[in-house]
Amino acid sequence: MKELNELNFPDDVRYAESHEWARLEGDKLKVGISDYAQDQLGDIVFVELPEVGDTFGKGEEFGTVESVKAVSELYMPVAGEVVAINDTLEDAPEKVNNSPYSDGWMLEIKADDASKIGDLMDNNVYLNSLKG
Amino acid sequence: MRYLPHTADDIATMLKAVQIDSLEGLFAHIPQDCRRRETLKIPEALTEWELNDHMDALAATMAVSPEYKVFMGAGSYAHYVPAAASFLAGRSEFVTAYTPYQPEVSQGTLQAIYEYQTLTARLLGLEVANASQYDGASALAEAMLMAIRVSRKKTVAVSSAVHPMYRRVLATYFEPTGFNIRELPYLPDGTTDLGPLKDMDDLGGVAIQSPNFFGCMENLEAAKQSLPDKKTLLVICFSEPLAYGLYKSPGQCGADIACGEGQSLGIPRTFGGPGLGMFAAKMKYVRNMPGRLVGQTVDEEGKRGHVLTLATREQHIRREKATSNICTNHSLCALAAVMYMASLGGSGFKELARLNYDKAEYLKEALRKAGFKLPFSRPTFNEFVVEFPDDFRKTYQGLLQKKIIAGLPLVDFYPELKNHYLLCATETTARADMDALVKEIIP
Amino acid sequence: MKEILGTTGLIFNEPLLWEKGKKGRSGFSLPRRDVEKHPVDKQLGGPGPDFPDLSEVEVVRHFIRLSQWNFSVDSGMYPLGSCTMKYNPKTNERQAARSGFAQAHPLLPQHLSQGTLKLMYDLEQYLNEITGMDATSLQPAAGAHGELTGMLLFYAYHKSQGAPRSKIIVPDTAHGTNPASAALCGYRSVPVKSNERGVLSPQAVGDIMDTDTAGIMVTNPNTLGLFEENIKAISEIVHAKGGLVYGDGANMNAIMGIVNMGELGIDVLHLNLHKTFSSPHGGGGPGAGPVCVRKHLEPFLPVPRVIKQKERYALSEDFPETIGKIHAFYGNVGVMIRSYSYILSMGPEDLKKASQLAVLNAAYIKDQLKGTFHLPYDRPCMHECVFSDKLQEPYKVTTLDIVKRLMDYGFHPPTIYFPLVVPGAIMIEPTETESKEDIDLFIESMQAIAKEAKENPELLHAAPRKTKRRRLDETAAARKPCLTG
Repeated sequence: MKELNELNFPDDVRYAESHEWARLEGDKLKVGISDYAQDQLGDIVFVELPEVGDTFGKGEEFGTVESVKAVSELYMPVAGEVVAINDTLEDAPEKVNNSPYSDGWMLEIKADDASKIGDLMDNNVYLNSLKG
Repeated sequence: MRYLPHTADDIATMLKAVQIDSLEGLFAHIPQDCRRRETLKIPEALTEWELNDHMDALAATMAVSPEYKVFMGAGSYAHYVPAAASFLAGRSEFVTAYTPYQPEVSQGTLQAIYEYQTLTARLLGLEVANASQYDGASALAEAMLMAIRVSRKKTVAVSSAVHPMYRRVLATYFEPTGFNIRELPYLPDGTTDLGPLKDMDDLGGVAIQSPNFFGCMENLEAAKQSLPDKKTLLVICFSEPLAYGLYKSPGQCGADIACGEGQSLGIPRTFGGPGLGMFAAKMKYVRNMPGRLVGQTVDEEGKRGHVLTLATREQHIRREKATSNICTNHSLCALAAVMYMASLGGSGFKELARLNYDKAEYLKEALRKAGFKLPFSRPTFNEFVVEFPDDFRKTYQGLLQKKIIAGLPLVDFYPELKNHYLLCATETTARADMDALVKEIIP
Repeated sequence: MKEILGTTGLIFNEPLLWEKGKKGRSGFSLPRRDVEKHPVDKQLGGPGPDFPDLSEVEVVRHFIRLSQWNFSVDSGMYPLGSCTMKYNPKTNERQAARSGFAQAHPLLPQHLSQGTLKLMYDLEQYLNEITGMDATSLQPAAGAHGELTGMLLFYAYHKSQGAPRSKIIVPDTAHGTNPASAALCGYRSVPVKSNERGVLSPQAVGDIMDTDTAGIMVTNPNTLGLFEENIKAISEIVHAKGGLVYGDGANMNAIMGIVNMGELGIDVLHLNLHKTFSSPHGGGGPGAGPVCVRKHLEPFLPVPRVIKQKERYALSEDFPETIGKIHAFYGNVGVMIRSYSYILSMGPEDLKKASQLAVLNAAYIKDQLKGTFHLPYDRPCMHECVFSDKLQEPYKVTTLDIVKRLMDYGFHPPTIYFPLVVPGAIMIEPTETESKEDIDLFIESMQAIAKEAKENPELLHAAPRKTKRRRLDETAAARKPCLTG
């Protein structure tokens, strides 16, 4: 596992306490997990995602991410409807390790209220929370 | 005691090292009121030689071949096991190893299980097989729970021609779950009545056994057609996998899951256990499967090796959300089975299956000629049902005196099948013994 | 250390079964055909399985070569915590292989199967006595199967009281099968933390025990190798709210003849015959997980039950409150025969002595390795002790590295990363059948590895080197599962 200063926390996404991120792209939100989360999990071998059309409230479990010896639940950072999933992760889950904020994205959602992204942490607050 | 290597000196030295004055003192931290006061009241130790005599006397009371002629199958079958297969299954490197959690020192068990999975998948005609379940009954129960998970429905249907004891175990597993089990009756030809399926709602899985408990081959293609919903899984179970050396495999007939008892494949009957729960499914369901899986990979030097994999389904990682609670399975029985399947080979397996079929057909024919009724018309594998005259129970008892066990009375399992007996003949059943049986029971 | 135990020898490469053989070979003596061929239904007929055809010699060499890639109790010390890898006596194998036992059909008329029925009946009595419980069912096929049976008993009991319950208390040190077994009965697990002494406190249990909680599952001794010293008080708290106490007997090897489980307030207890009672693990089974209960739960035990009427033994279904059947027949009789043979070979004194020596061996290892490895709970241990890799952290050496290196020294690794409450746990259970010399060699090997961790950590990172295979790529195996060939 890496030290915090070796990890990447871009400022164009917002972070949830459960280590998911969300980024506003047009009128949609992209969702994934942070560099810290992927590093904690280690080599990711499987990502289980919901179906397009499913809706989730904030904090609801929308899927799981598996490494060889651990499973973690994924929680919705902002309430909304799933409009796309990254189905390339089925064959290449390592994208979550290699580029958690780009190729390793998980969901695209239509938020019930996109402004709720503001309730999430910015990168500085998130980093401080990790330093705990 | 020969299993306890410590001398008095060893004990004294070790106690001194840990600064405790006696063996009893090792337990001083256990509260007094938790300690046992009196000594164990079990028999005094036997020497190895006394034990031999004692066990020999117990074993001698059991009615077994060759002294007894046992025409009984019903989920437990007499088959010859090659000496080589028994010998290999007794190798202590396999017998005295633990579950292969440390792959570098467990490649033997791992490769053998991988080979078992492969041959099992081929035999059952499906893409993936697990490393084993306990027995045919628990395999069926786990299969039906899996069908519920996959389909997200709440009801399963089970043929009444599925082994009655498997159905009872299934009922036990389902009792606290709130899921429902519907039973499908059997038809006059000895196969499952698929008619009621069309009126069943919320069906997650349908379980049909083939060959079924009566020995009859089911019409599985029709069963596949009769599934009321495309989300309903077809679960084909079995108690005699040797049949697939002759008949189409479950996968070839459209099974989503195939499961059953593999005792036939080189495992002694031992009064019903340990047997081998075999379990196979389509690859798309693999993450919902219960039990362990061995996968192929490479080591640091790029050499082929095997490991336990997809373990995130299992209890030691997923705990209450696991696909099953199974941990210890029947690994050594799976090894015995792969050793047996390898010994027979594809050609031997087919020939042996055919011989089993022909033996049973011979006995069937002889009984028919002797005037007994064969109530079910469907083709069978190595067992079949005979309806004897009303006073047959007395004849049956008389035959026991003559050390012949003339099948299994079915009335205990199916009250409507009075005077019906399930008879079995395998490659171990000599023609002369079948002739003698028929002669004895002709009124 | 005089000499490192682990070495290398000539072993063989061996392909997969289907990469060898040729059509036309056979490893089977086909029984004589003394009956005519009979036509087969064309629609039902199939092509038969695609298995390779091999000669007997090919089959034998194949599996012998594979067997040589395995570590086993018969080749060396196997100190896997909570697994009780004791020696598996050879006479037990001989007894189970007797034709009268091995060839017996399970549905034989009962008067023709008296020997096996008597063996099962007597084994139940012995297990009742050893545990201090009132009645036993031998039907469950493994420990987790015993747990499921136990949870079904809980369920049936509460239902008979007219009030099914929805939760079960499971300590954080529990084996994963506990919550998984409870979940099969619809129980939601409520975790309870062990205290700073590594055991459960009555208060922590009291805080969460309520009348919707079916009971608690306790492993005693627990997976930290510690005796749950508050067990009686905890049982009282649970019983007072109408709950039941489940005992996971995985660690029974520490307390035979020493603790009476029935007196602790335990209502249901499962045993692992393949741990405590010496039947072999078989590379992952078959085992047997008998369930022992107190009187009030006896009516619910699985059927059929073996009963004794005068001097005859019978199988009885006449228990109307039973949970039903949990195994197609009566459980793993072959395993029962081995454990029965073991109990008769040991007798009352040596069974107790086995537990004493199991605890002595563990206590000795704990004492000798304390300081070399971090000991998170420095308290009197039972039959196993739990260390961690904390002292090796500065050298970037982990538990995994340490135990992989231990393979090169000729030992099977201990249980690692469990229990979860100890990060980097190294859980050592030597069992009573290891001699002082072997224990000393194990200790010296662990000390040597700790020294290497400091001086040459690369040796550990690159371990094992002497095994058939080096570390395997488990990530690749899980990402692209290849489960059949």
